Amino acid sequence: MLHTVNKSSFERNSLQSCLNTIDDTSVILLIEDGVISAANNSKSSMIADLAAAGRVFALQGDVEARGISSKLADNIKLVDYAGFVDLVVEHGTAVSWV
Amino acid sequence: MKFAIQVNEGPYQHQAADSAFQFAKAAIENGHEIMRVFFYHDGVNNASNFTLPPQDDRHVVNNWASLNIKNAEGEPELVVCVAAALRRGMLDESEATKNAIEGYNLHPAFRISGLGQLIEAGIQSDRLVVFGD
Repeated sequence: MLHTVNKSSFERNSLQSCLNTIDDTSVILLIEDGVISAANNSKSSMIADLAAAGRVFALQGDVEARGISSKLADNIKLVDYAGFVDLVVEHGTAVSWV
Repeated sequence: MKFAIQVNEGPYQHQAADSAFQFAKAAIENGHEIMRVFFYHDGVNNASNFTLPPQDDRHVVNNWASLNIKNAEGEPELVVCVAAALRRGMLDESEATKNAIEGYNLHPAFRISGLGQLIEAGIQSDRLVVFGD
């Protein structure tokens, strides 16, 4: 499954709820304010292991709009909207965490 | 692949309306079909024909209309939830007449229908993607 998260971990606990729920094959795509969790900050440890396994993506336009391109945590994969579409196709059901 | 999209937020209020449009556009450009976009909650405001953003801003309503999402019968498949629309003052000609209200504001690229259309989209599409809170 594909899980999208659109809120910063400093604002809501939706990313944590998502992490508590997902199975071993799921991937996470951070969009909108969710990309704040892709920056190297005090919350980065939340997704470090998942990112190291290549299972965390962030929407490039939203990363750039928030000025965090140069501050990304390790192993975050950037995708554009076409990449977002491909992730939905590839991973089946898309769940939106808000 | 056949996609359906649900939009729960209004334009110029939450990024979801823009995210959903960009996703739909990318899907079409990459050879996929958007069988329906369902506008729910404040998302119904994406359908206002009275929307007039400044010239240097994006026009979210016209952006949706430009995707030209229609079914085989030529009806719009940009579908607005009727209950959400009426309580927010979003009317088509038929609802305006029925309720004895002068004027209506639904953009012609959209149509008003019920929640069953969302369920049907979930069943008939390969993927349903939800944008907004």
